[in-house]
Amino acid sequence: MNLLGRQTWKFGNNIYLNTAGTAVGPMESDGPLGTYFDKTYSNLHCDQKNWELAERQLMEDAIHACLQKAQLKPEDINFLLAGDLLNQIVSANYTARGNGIPFLGVFGACSTSMESLALGAALVDGGYANRVIAAVSSHNATAERQFRYPTEYGGQKPDTATFTVTGAGAALVSKEISDIKITSATVGKVVDLGITDPFDMGSAMAPAAADTIAAHFKEMNVSPDEYDLIATGDLSGVGAPIVKMLLKEQGYDISDNHRDCGLMVYRPDQEVFAGGSGCACSAVVTYGYILDEIRKGNLKKVFIVATGALLNPVMVQQKETIPTIAHGVVLERAEGGN
Amino acid sequence: MATKEEQQAYAEKIKPIQPKPPYIINCLKAFLIGGLICLIGQAIQNFYMAFFNFSEETAGNPTVATLILIAALLTGLGVYDKIGQFAGAGSIVPVTGFSNACTSAALEHKSEGLVLGVATNLFKLAGAVIVFGAVAAYVFGMIRYIFQQMM
Repeated sequence: MNLLGRQTWKFGNNIYLNTAGTAVGPMESDGPLGTYFDKTYSNLHCDQKNWELAERQLMEDAIHACLQKAQLKPEDINFLLAGDLLNQIVSANYTARGNGIPFLGVFGACSTSMESLALGAALVDGGYANRVIAAVSSHNATAERQFRYPTEYGGQKPDTATFTVTGAGAALVSKEISDIKITSATVGKVVDLGITDPFDMGSAMAPAAADTIAAHFKEMNVSPDEYDLIATGDLSGVGAPIVKMLLKEQGYDISDNHRDCGLMVYRPDQEVFAGGSGCACSAVVTYGYILDEIRKGNLKKVFIVATGALLNPVMVQQKETIPTIAHGVVLERAEGGN
Repeated sequence: MATKEEQQAYAEKIKPIQPKPPYIINCLKAFLIGGLICLIGQAIQNFYMAFFNFSEETAGNPTVATLILIAALLTGLGVYDKIGQFAGAGSIVPVTGFSNACTSAALEHKSEGLVLGVATNLFKLAGAVIVFGAVAAYVFGMIRYIFQQMM
């Protein structure tokens, strides 16, 4: 049985994350993790004609880098599980049109990174695929257009606002032995504690993250110090203290090993309000920096919890609150791997 | 689904963690930048009156047009949104803010073509200003007319 409790998958076979690829825009490559990314662009347009093409370019670059490191071609991949933040997940659809890999579109807002990785691992573990690529992308300007105002609009944003990461990440999952194992995943449920402000995603998403993390600890029957790092996706400076507080109330202290990808991807002096957000936030930090730390042996066991605000501007205008979700995946250093 | 009580309890709980908006500083910044924009407007009006054949009344239109042009240029150069983040209402309320709302929408939707992109979306943000401006002008015009007839 690979199901623990109600919502946690324990992968019975040895499932590996073989290689990963990342591509980012100018702000991210200028950030503290800039050297960890495979492809960096010095302009927000990523040498393309419009923002949407720029985002697609990033996802294509990430998948290309991932395949290149594994010395594989698109024909060697069974399925592409991909998603992004735009309507009808266009960046993923058009990327899949380009590379011809059989495609399953995934949407979980900014939690898509770990949603696609967990699903990919489950497919491989169940014998439904040999090799899967999980990919996500987000772009600051396409997200602004989709969810907020035109990029050059001079409206003032509050300090609780987040800054969408421009970038893309892709990961190859298979049973072929490598140095990083995917051992378990916890699927989150939709949580909504009544936040209505689209400029305060951290407060909206923190309860979803706490719910998934607590469910994971309970169903895996582990304590927080089992992990060298518990990384949330994009809770930012506002949501990160809230998730720690909510978990402490439930008896889990993660204050020593918790970090938030939204606070790792930018320097504090970069003007990004409360921190980074978007599908690519958790993806580029995990697939770029955290995997590298695991390979080096600095981290042995990490729990990545990607958080997503299932925000829709029309719903918010109709006075609905913002539902949120979080999915977690455990990555471990494979002893005896290469 | 969380109940109303749970939602309220959560809102109370996170209140001390959330950063408080700096209202007084924001007001001050808005006052300074808003005032500065008006000062520039006054200088432009004086310029038109001194060097061209405009009276104080007729100089208004070219002054507004010049401010709109400057704000549109600053939007295109990617400066106005930075001014807006600093000044808040100070740079949104004057006519330059209206210009920024139109220009930024036009720029944003350029990729969808001139008709369905730029023209259709030009007043996406600024449309509300026009609607309520026209309605308010009509209502107050009627009130004034009625009072004038009664006097």
